[in-house]
Amino acid sequence: MSILALRNIAKCFGGNAILKGVSLEAEEGEFIALVGPSGCGKSTLLRIMAGLDHADGGEIVISGREVSSVAAADRNVAMVFQSYALYPHLTAGQNVAVPLAMRRLTAVQRFPFIGNLLPGQRQIRADIQRQVKEMAAALKIDHLLDRKPGQMSGGQRQRVALARAMVRHPSVFLMDEPLSNLDANLRVHARGEIVELHRRAGVPTLYVTHDQSEALSMADRVAVMIGGTLLQLAPPQEIYDDPAHIDVARFLGQPRINVVETRMDASGVVRFGALTLAVENSAPRDAAVMLGVRPEFVRLNGNPNGTLKARVERTEFLGSEVIVHTRLDAIGEAIVAKVTPVEASVLSDGMPVSVEIEPDRAMLFAMTGERLQARTVAVAPTLEKAHG
Amino acid sequence: MSAHSLSLGRILRFAILTLGALIFLAPYIFMISTAGKAQSEIFSSSLTLIPEQWSYVENFTKALSRVSMLTLLLNGVIVCAMIFVVQVVVAIPCAYAMAKLKFRAARLMMVLVMLGLLVPIHATALPLYVAFDRLAVLNSYTALVAPFSISVFAIFLFLQFFRALPDDLIQAARLDGMSEIGIVARVVVPNAWPAITAFAIFSVVAHWNDLFWPLVVVSNQDYATPPLGLLFFRAAEAGDDYGALMAATLIITLPLVAAFLIAQKRFVEGITMTGLKG
Repeated sequence: MSILALRNIAKCFGGNAILKGVSLEAEEGEFIALVGPSGCGKSTLLRIMAGLDHADGGEIVISGREVSSVAAADRNVAMVFQSYALYPHLTAGQNVAVPLAMRRLTAVQRFPFIGNLLPGQRQIRADIQRQVKEMAAALKIDHLLDRKPGQMSGGQRQRVALARAMVRHPSVFLMDEPLSNLDANLRVHARGEIVELHRRAGVPTLYVTHDQSEALSMADRVAVMIGGTLLQLAPPQEIYDDPAHIDVARFLGQPRINVVETRMDASGVVRFGALTLAVENSAPRDAAVMLGVRPEFVRLNGNPNGTLKARVERTEFLGSEVIVHTRLDAIGEAIVAKVTPVEASVLSDGMPVSVEIEPDRAMLFAMTGERLQARTVAVAPTLEKAHG
Repeated sequence: MSAHSLSLGRILRFAILTLGALIFLAPYIFMISTAGKAQSEIFSSSLTLIPEQWSYVENFTKALSRVSMLTLLLNGVIVCAMIFVVQVVVAIPCAYAMAKLKFRAARLMMVLVMLGLLVPIHATALPLYVAFDRLAVLNSYTALVAPFSISVFAIFLFLQFFRALPDDLIQAARLDGMSEIGIVARVVVPNAWPAITAFAIFSVVAHWNDLFWPLVVVSNQDYATPPLGLLFFRAAEAGDDYGALMAATLIITLPLVAAFLIAQKRFVEGITMTGLKG
């Protein structure tokens, strides 16, 4: 049974639909990354799950309980904020202890001065302290417990925020871009740590990020949200190799996927360069379609008789690979290729090249954005004229 | 460098500042001087700053013995403390709600606060007086404190400050299981000390020095605040013993001066209100 389920969540802000019926389920111990460009509604969705915001419609089920009308504190979800939101007036240790104290001690026991005199609270406080220490040891922040947030670095604050969220063993763990305030090196390091912590705790985690590499590298499944709609929820490899929507394909992958507009003929066949693809969906025939191919599946060679003639516009050297920007002579479309430095060494700006696309890697999309399933029929002889 | 530090511009600036300081301090200095002069010297034609004959002991004895100065000061402390505490207790939750909670009347409340800022106490003095008279609470601490218990200025000041508090902080507190009152007590107040200090200055100074309202509602010396006590003192002395009067004035201004000197750094911090670092 899924531990967290969202059904048809909708939210409007002043007539603007921010969330248009989002549904999502998380299994026990799963790590789901919610990724999308800024303003796509992913943070709003997270806040609705946490109970910090109200949905206009839809259901939220946590551990089999419908929680739409349950207060944030009673949902047993923990959240790590982008700004960490540590209490500035409390030390790290006190920060971590707050959620435990709020749950274990009664209002009277928490009352200053009087609370300390009541029976039973001493035992609970000692217990809380012990748990805080354990948590701190697990996150290697035991030496920071007496410091206030203002005296800590960004990375340290982030760990304290993690500790505060994890210490009470929530049933769902929500993270709102927890790494975006760290510098690049620390971010990559912290990624690994969060994944490790997640494995150990086994709490289902929803991780909001706008960084696709974070999403792909950390998550069991990636949910791509664009414009208030969840376009696809799939394991990282699948969502990258087999995107269900042109926007998903465009959002994931660096550099971006090449998209060229072309035509499907009346028999449902698309020809582009040396490629011939047969569409298997029942999409309208004889219509414009989009052909997408990721830069790593574009080959460039100096063959003057290639079907897709292009000119190199500029190259970007990135160390292990080189990004080559070319422009097709026939239709003026830009095509980006990712090649090895060895392959790139023979290329120079302005040089005519011929573009080849790996046949099984080309994807077709309808003009509305949906993916069209297609299979390669044949790779035509290279002398055939480019189709545009 | 030392040559530069005494450039013409700098000297000019110092001169202007010194002149300004002298103008502002002159009455107070003259008061200190008069408090040490004998009756005859005050009315002599020559104007001296240093008393020819030191009469401080004599004047202060008079000031302390003719009216019960201790009662006056105690009344001042009680009234100011009560006003300040009630104002803060009322204004902080109110400002928090207006700054961080969403409710339909928020806009209307904001308008009311703005309107409230425009209405001076003098405008409502008469109706309040009549009401207190009917309730038979004239000549009491209640009459001195009640009209100031809701300070729109405090609400406005705290509102501005709370708006700058990060929303994430409040939401984290909610997720940690705090009630709204808990958030105010455990998160907002501990982080609002700069604003509370700033407000304390305005409130205490205004009400310690207030003569108008005590004059309206208090006729019994037992409830007189320091400025009103001075008035009684003048009446008791037929208004011509200026040496003793100045000594009494000195006594009632001293607590504020001392408080300012002791907490000068915090005061300045409070007024400049350097924002909260998340």
